[in-house]
Amino acid sequence: MVPASALGNTGRKLKSVSYSKWGYIFIAPFFLIYTLFSLVPLISTFYNSFFENYRVGLEQIGPKFVGFNNYLELIKQGDIIKYFSNTMIIWLLGFIPQILVSLLLAVWFTDLTLRLKTSFFKSIIYMPNLIMASAFSMLFFALFSDNGPINSILLNLGLEEPYRFLSNTGSTRGLIAFMNFLMWFGNTTILLMAGIMGIDTSIFESAQIDGAKGYQIFARITMPLLKPIFLYVLITSMIGGLQMFDVPQILTNGTGNPDRNSMTLIMFLNKHLYSKNVGMAGAVSVLLFIITAIMSAFVFRIVSGNQKGTGGIKQ
Amino acid sequence: MTLAVDKSQGNMTLKIKRAFCYFVLILITFICLFPFYILLINSTRSHPDIQKGFSILPGGSVLFNLKNVFSNEELPILNGILNSILISSLNALLSTYFSAMTAFGIHAYSFRLRKAAYLFILLVMMVPTQVSALGFIRLITSFNLMNSFIPLIVPSIAAPIVFFFMKQYMESALPLEIVESSRIDGANEFRTFNQIVLPIMKPAIAVQAIFSFVASWNNYFLPSLILESAKKKTLPILIAQLRSADYLKFDMGQVYILIAIAIFPVMIAYLIMSKFIVRGVALGSVKG
Repeated sequence: MVPASALGNTGRKLKSVSYSKWGYIFIAPFFLIYTLFSLVPLISTFYNSFFENYRVGLEQIGPKFVGFNNYLELIKQGDIIKYFSNTMIIWLLGFIPQILVSLLLAVWFTDLTLRLKTSFFKSIIYMPNLIMASAFSMLFFALFSDNGPINSILLNLGLEEPYRFLSNTGSTRGLIAFMNFLMWFGNTTILLMAGIMGIDTSIFESAQIDGAKGYQIFARITMPLLKPIFLYVLITSMIGGLQMFDVPQILTNGTGNPDRNSMTLIMFLNKHLYSKNVGMAGAVSVLLFIITAIMSAFVFRIVSGNQKGTGGIKQ
Repeated sequence: MTLAVDKSQGNMTLKIKRAFCYFVLILITFICLFPFYILLINSTRSHPDIQKGFSILPGGSVLFNLKNVFSNEELPILNGILNSILISSLNALLSTYFSAMTAFGIHAYSFRLRKAAYLFILLVMMVPTQVSALGFIRLITSFNLMNSFIPLIVPSIAAPIVFFFMKQYMESALPLEIVESSRIDGANEFRTFNQIVLPIMKPAIAVQAIFSFVASWNNYFLPSLILESAKKKTLPILIAQLRSADYLKFDMGQVYILIAIAIFPVMIAYLIMSKFIVRGVALGSVKG
């Protein structure tokens, strides 16, 4: 445990009366609720992943301790690997345009020589982030259905017969990725802007005086200094990508079709939760937890690096 | 090359560059708004109208669609809206108040476990709720709270991301001298928090209240696992139900108007407060 004297300077200021019990009182509700509703369930999820416990019709199988069998079964079936790669492919399809467009917009919005009127555009591009993902997905389902408005437009443009967007793996994944892109590129733009604006302007000025060109400034100054926030965006987006659920669930009605090629990890988990296949749901959850924990460790380093003033996310 | 020439050339390329930027921005704006434009149009058209194909102009059936969807017995929309509003408001209230309280506890007091507590919250910040969903549902079942709003409301007291934002804001906006002078005036710690600290935190609370409200309004995963009876369902669940219904038999006017009900109020509220919200995103860096 860290000695109290090392805990920052508030201690020194408040010599006479000890207020430390108030610290505990103020943080107590958070820790109580967190323990009850998050920590205990997490431990119980881990615990349940070692039991065989499911239902066949009216018959209840288990709970019976089976060690790592659920995990072995998951990997042997191979579905989880397929769903993991589906999730990552769809995430990447959305993330690549997202980061490119966001970077471009962030550089434009912060370039004072361009003098763009930005507030309107900033408002518009951030808007899809607040839209209900399930409603957005339902909207896209209606728009891109076989006799929906998009096909009606395509037919007017001379297409012979409706394009069946949701019967092809490529277009289904593409639609999910496109929705993710629309929902997140505004957010990323604003984070990257905050990062760029946090860079000391005198660095840019001196580079300009030294005759550096726009792309040189971008590649040699902006990008390296933006690295922490860039990394932050990358990893948080990847964690968000692993949690992808609402959009593909509604778009494909939970089937992940065609050929379960757009079934994501959380959709798989959701299926087991619904069918009350407790052991398998537990094993999927634990695997997800491990993957996100590894990624979170990176985010944690970036965020806590900021506390010591060594870069990280600029406020 | 002389400097003057260089400069006028620079002006020329700058103009072209600006025009190009605006062109791209307008294109992006169009892509962002187009789906919502069709939504707006089609929610004002009747089912047979919609089946005829795409139209640029709105129809006159908006009230007809609204009436149909509100009297549809399979979709208790009014309940859905009220349930969503109730859960989301309480989420916004609890998460901001208690996050500010937790942040204040860690910001203003020195105690043995302070650093450990802070580290713990930072560590769990990125853990997705889905990974503990199984244990959560089992816990809720054992408390006999399935099909109740409580498991969707009370846990928002512990919102690590909202806490993080509040803590960041306190560091820049809440000097401890204020707390001390309030003590000298004889206020106890709770009063100091409620009457001195909370007003200072207003901007941060407002931003986070909006985000919490919207996050809860949009939440689909957990509510769909917990709420079972038709009267208790929230809007996202009703929309999912729309999708799993036999789609071809469905009145498309109703489908569009229901999506519109879920999307447009948030959109309008956002557009009114957008400057404020966008600033909040940049401030809170972590919030998604």
